[in-house]
Amino acid sequence: MATGTKSRPISSFLLRNPRIRLIGLLALPMTWIIGVYIVSLFLLLITAFWYVDPFSSLVRPGFTLDNFIDVFTVPAYLSTSIRTLFIALAVTFLCILFAVPLGLYMAKIARPWVRNLLAVAITLPLWAGYLVKIIAMRLVFTEEGFFNWAMAPFGIKGPGFSVPIVVLTLTYLWFPYMALPVFTAIRQIPHNLFDASSDLGARGFMTIYRVVIPLIIPAIIAGSVFTFSLSLGDYLAARFTGGATQMIGSLIAANINLNPPVAAAFSMIPIAFVVIYLMVARRTGSLERM
Amino acid sequence: MKGKKLAILSLLSVSVLIIGGCSSGGDESGGVSIEVPDIPMHEAMGEFEGELNIVNWSGFVEPAWTDEFTAQTGCKVNPRVAGTSDEMVTLMRTGQYDIVSASGDAALRLIVGGDVQPLNIDLIPNFGGEIAAGMKGNVYDTVNGKPYGVPIGRGANLLQYNSDVTGGAPESWDVVWESDSPYAGKVTAYDAPIYIADAAVYLMYHKPELGIKNPYALDQDQLAAAIDLLKQQNAIIGEYWSDPVAQITSFVGGNTVVGTSWEVLRKFAAKENLKTTLPVEGSTGWYDSWLVSSTTKNINCAYAWMDYTSRADVNGAIAMNFGMAPANIAFCASSAKAQAHCDEFAAEDEEFFKRIWPWTTPIETCLDGRTDVKCTSFQEWTNAWLTVKG
Repeated sequence: MATGTKSRPISSFLLRNPRIRLIGLLALPMTWIIGVYIVSLFLLLITAFWYVDPFSSLVRPGFTLDNFIDVFTVPAYLSTSIRTLFIALAVTFLCILFAVPLGLYMAKIARPWVRNLLAVAITLPLWAGYLVKIIAMRLVFTEEGFFNWAMAPFGIKGPGFSVPIVVLTLTYLWFPYMALPVFTAIRQIPHNLFDASSDLGARGFMTIYRVVIPLIIPAIIAGSVFTFSLSLGDYLAARFTGGATQMIGSLIAANINLNPPVAAAFSMIPIAFVVIYLMVARRTGSLERM
Repeated sequence: MKGKKLAILSLLSVSVLIIGGCSSGGDESGGVSIEVPDIPMHEAMGEFEGELNIVNWSGFVEPAWTDEFTAQTGCKVNPRVAGTSDEMVTLMRTGQYDIVSASGDAALRLIVGGDVQPLNIDLIPNFGGEIAAGMKGNVYDTVNGKPYGVPIGRGANLLQYNSDVTGGAPESWDVVWESDSPYAGKVTAYDAPIYIADAAVYLMYHKPELGIKNPYALDQDQLAAAIDLLKQQNAIIGEYWSDPVAQITSFVGGNTVVGTSWEVLRKFAAKENLKTTLPVEGSTGWYDSWLVSSTTKNINCAYAWMDYTSRADVNGAIAMNFGMAPANIAFCASSAKAQAHCDEFAAEDEEFFKRIWPWTTPIETCLDGRTDVKCTSFQEWTNAWLTVKG
């Protein structure tokens, strides 16, 4: 408040007018959120209630719920939605399964230089293009690719492009988003908690189950929001490594030119899944501790 | 292994550059009357407007031939590459483009939607007797007797096979359709609603009792039969392809043994053991032509462009660059290299193309001339297609 000897007319004006001060502060971010983000999302979603002229394939404004009815009644659409949900859950589960032991090792066991090396190794793939990584997975699991070549001596053959490879590819893509928050959370657990647990007679796995996991749940939830929602919306992994696998994203991509209203209706499904997921997470109280 | 990977990668990048997006085709006429908006045609050439905005397949518009055009007419060419027919339709409907290299499945949609205008052929002197006979007067570019499109080139959807696995050439498409195919799990199919027509071509031959006369004129029952066949095929599909690069790597990498392909993709795959054949049932194909927007501001440049690209050498250059049969077959006799290209793509072989059903937008008016039933529109094909993969 004591501004010294110089007069600062703008500062004094803003101090006297808190409302204008608030507007000045929020104008830019609000323009961005409302003008660019919400409006474009709204324009997309409203298309879900429009229909396509059967003769010229032109989109006409109107109001119909047919697109939503289709999404819930056509068996192929339903099975695609359910398949996508399970793929996203599987990816999230795999990421947690890999991230917790890795985080424990990095935070509590590894020497500093190993820890740094692993931290770099986890984040490095983020520097490569998303499509490059998908194509890389495609090359690895192609019939005459690296996986089959390397596993041939053991008589193991890859499953070919299918749902498991899609899950693996998506896990590879989104793993850093789970590994980093989990690692950070484990690092913040005081060492003496491990000692206390050990003194009370708990072995390694009991300590992880009763001490570590409860403390890092918020981090796991934070990471899973990324792995889950990113997997729900993806379609390139399915296209390049899924063989005949169809996901919600594939349906949206296929419809965006041919039948935008159905594509828009379908884009509501991942939104609904994520909202339900966040509500469940909120009930566990994890969001408050994030 | 590393060498192989590098080869695949370089192949990827090369083919991405060359065939980033490919296409679709046209159709058969037959005196069917179709309701179209009444749009006047251009009466006489005027002054060039100075620019031309083109929506095109990758490889159709290159400096190698646009520079001469710009020098002659002063029309600056602004190309915009589209990846699919559906994208082309969407782009043309923005009204920002003057002309499009539409395949037949996009063309009829644009014509009945009033997005393109009828053409005054008198203003296109190069559109004459040297255009391949099979490329004139098809329903996708000539509606109710009015021409809408100037042919560019064409290609067939052939059965590609890995001869190391199959031995000889499969005689029938049954290897990609029937559940007992010896190559189950190693089959590829084209990932677009227009592929329903391929199922219809197969049914025309094997199930004549369905009464399909034109694979683009399917009534409800015939469409249902085609979808059932596609669902049966879905169980033996290894991969669907819409991206040419993915299709090439799928064949080269051994994931796919048989499936629909284009001659140009086999060429890019550059493997001795990959071959193409036209099975006994015949097949579908794509015929591309220039269509002019009904709201264009650069009409004179558009006409000049259609005339210029119909010239034998320019048309041939486009066809060779893209990998298709040129519309202007006068090109074939121009050199030994041109003749070799024409032979490879069957440019002058009308008997070959008589067995090809060019891609056409299905509309409610039955294109085979039936008037007692309503045929299924492309919108219905689109919705039906999405149920195939489940």
